[in-house]
Amino acid sequence: MEITVRETIKKTILNHLKKNNGLILGQCLAAVGWVGGTIPELTEKEGVIELSMADVANGGIIVGAGLSNRRPIYVIRYQGFNWFNAPIILNYACKSKELWDVPCPIFIRGIAMEGSIGPVAGSSHHSLYYRMPGVKIISPMTPKEYNLAYKSFMNEEEVYYVSEHRASYDNKKELADFLSNDVDIIIFSISITRFEAQKVRDILEKENLKIGIANILWIKPFEIKKKWLQTLKNSKFGGIILDDDFESGVASDMAYKLMKLSKKKVEVMGLKNKSAGFSRKSDNLPPNKEEIITKIKEIIKKNVDYKNTL
Amino acid sequence: MNKNFRLEIFKKASLCRNFEEQVIINVNNKNIKIPVYVSAGQEFIAAAISTICKKKKIKPLIFPQHRCHSTYLAFGGNIIKLIDELLGRESGCTKGKGGSASIHSKDINMFGHDGLMGSNGPIGVGACFATKNPTVIFLGDAAAEEDYVLGALGWASHKKLPILFIIEDNNFSILTKKSVRRNWNMKDVARAFKLEGYDIKDDPREIEKHSKFFFKKPILLNINTNRIYWHAGGGMDSNKIFDRFENEKKILGIEAIKINEYYKKNIEKLWKLQLEKQ
Repeated sequence: MEITVRETIKKTILNHLKKNNGLILGQCLAAVGWVGGTIPELTEKEGVIELSMADVANGGIIVGAGLSNRRPIYVIRYQGFNWFNAPIILNYACKSKELWDVPCPIFIRGIAMEGSIGPVAGSSHHSLYYRMPGVKIISPMTPKEYNLAYKSFMNEEEVYYVSEHRASYDNKKELADFLSNDVDIIIFSISITRFEAQKVRDILEKENLKIGIANILWIKPFEIKKKWLQTLKNSKFGGIILDDDFESGVASDMAYKLMKLSKKKVEVMGLKNKSAGFSRKSDNLPPNKEEIITKIKEIIKKNVDYKNTL
Repeated sequence: MNKNFRLEIFKKASLCRNFEEQVIINVNNKNIKIPVYVSAGQEFIAAAISTICKKKKIKPLIFPQHRCHSTYLAFGGNIIKLIDELLGRESGCTKGKGGSASIHSKDINMFGHDGLMGSNGPIGVGACFATKNPTVIFLGDAAAEEDYVLGALGWASHKKLPILFIIEDNNFSILTKKSVRRNWNMKDVARAFKLEGYDIKDDPREIEKHSKFFFKKPILLNINTNRIYWHAGGGMDSNKIFDRFENEKKILGIEAIKINEYYKKNIEKLWKLQLEKQ
């Protein structure tokens, strides 16, 4: 029977605590639905540890727990809280193996969500981690991907930043790439935008446009699959990257890498360069299907217009 | 305090002081080419704490601050590896990557410092929580002001961890005095967090007096001490600073003088030998 991402996370954590002498730490873990129902309802004795509200100190406490090799799972309920939580993780845990030959494996669950929750709590902030050495970043949106993230973490000694999104928690389906040598444009999508990308494809296919899809699971290291590159190279109008983080972060870096290898133009759509407020009117949301379709049509029109001028 | 125990502490302090004197010589003659943070003047803290741990047969997890040569040596770190580290060699205790401020040793459970002032506070608390091992965290009086150190103190108290927070209080953040930076002291902060907190001198007798509850509950000792040399490098703030080392040597007499002569001679020899390998 298929299970949701939510159930997969909960099961993974239960297994981590029961079988691997693991720990899960965070703020308000037991409050209001155990972090969207992703945490088993256990006690401190069983490994579910409530931290104080001192975010920066908590980031350090997690690093200390990581040094003990109990492979702590750290829950950051809103990804924007990383502005306080990340400093000691990035400056100690991520460097510990390289500098002192002491691994400090930590599984950081950074959870994103959207909608009227202001400039910090909303969206993904994986770009904060991206520029620093010693960290792997993965953004699983399906049950199988979540299992892969955990399994990889347990087989390695690295710090893992797991960029989750609450809107994926009910998902049971796996998300497939669509790749071929005759697409009009290929969408590279990250985090929650992957669901929008699938909808965009369905809509535009009805308009006789061929849309390729590449699902970006691993943000760092960003390994460009041969088939992605081939599809991009052979595409009529290049590519577009979708992200739930600001456009000037991870997505722009990926676009640069893809363009360098393919010599095709790759556009970026993510959060706009503005601060979100606490109302619908002032939200700064990831690109939705209508915006993506408009952007794709603009790209195609520009290219066609340009060819017509030649 | 028993005289033999006091001499044991003096031995470690003498090891540390003579090591640092050689560091200064080698900074001045440019054999050491990296920034150094010498702990001369403050060595009785690490010497006393490590001797007490030894007596209690406890090998704690150690989370030092950046001024950590004495911590490393007093807890039994390999002196040759420290010389090599300061000379930037791969044979150093941190493979030549740690320099003076980020000394690390698996042998003595000492975890390197990353250069983020006071980060060793919460990191030590986390390590202690996850392992339940006795833990010593060394912080300077400036690092102790970091907000995340205060958060870590609170949580260590709440979880009743076997931790000893040592504030090596030399009154300076680079050259800015404590009185310019704050109107409170760490003893009061500790007590506000329901930790045992004390404000004492770096007199080994005073440190020992407070050792009864070490690792039985979280304790903070703010230990007032003096930095003989500058924040970094070999310059001196003043030649009128009270020197605990000279004071103890005077009190302990001929035995201490002999101990110091032994360390002076042998440490000079070790530095010379290591430098010849260059």
